[in-house]
Amino acid sequence: MMTGAVNIRIQEADFDVAREIAALTQGRKDIGAVVSFSGICRDSEGNEAISALTLEHYPDMAEAEIGRHAESAMSRWPLTGLTVIHRVGRITPGENIVLVLTASAHRQAAFEAAEFLMDYLKANAPFWKSEEGAKGKSWIEARDHDDAAAARWTKS
Amino acid sequence: MKVKYFAWVRERIGKAEETIEPPADVRTVGELIGWLARRGETYAYAFETPRVIRAAIDHAHVKSDAAISGAREIAFFPPMTGG
Repeated sequence: MMTGAVNIRIQEADFDVAREIAALTQGRKDIGAVVSFSGICRDSEGNEAISALTLEHYPDMAEAEIGRHAESAMSRWPLTGLTVIHRVGRITPGENIVLVLTASAHRQAAFEAAEFLMDYLKANAPFWKSEEGAKGKSWIEARDHDDAAAARWTKS
Repeated sequence: MKVKYFAWVRERIGKAEETIEPPADVRTVGELIGWLARRGETYAYAFETPRVIRAAIDHAHVKSDAAISGAREIAFFPPMTGG
């Protein structure tokens, strides 16, 4: 059995979902399922219109933390590979923020691993969003349900 | 040791990182937050609600009772909002 590929990137530039899927599956005939999750910048947060988000991060820790979750996903599910791309800097509505791809022989592992990775990313990866709205710039507050979503993966 | 601040913790303190030498009786992350909060108004503002402050030692999340001895880099930041 081939070992899985883990691709993690933190970048300002946008990404091309189709190209990333092709890179994850290239040269392999054992992959039966790829799940793709894209997080996209909305034009509102609650009832407030927003014109842009700015993402700050803790570079060394962000890579380490995503790496730990990626290894955890690789050992927990029979994945052939996964990709996590998280953008930083200023992002406007309609633009991509984050990409998670998981590849496996069968769909269930790919679905579950993608959800696990996103839940952990939201609660534990050191990124912070500020929003630009009518009242100027403000930090987006964390949501308790994001912590709860991450915690359910540690329950038996 | 080096300390780093992110998001509104960084903005309130007015700097992204610094090198500090806390006294020997400051042993845990929670005690370090208390010590930092007494350094001045900007620090007091940043750490006014210690329970919401998250911390990492050498790039890994830690709780407030974690020992700081041997740490090279300690970071303080609000709850994360990535993804």
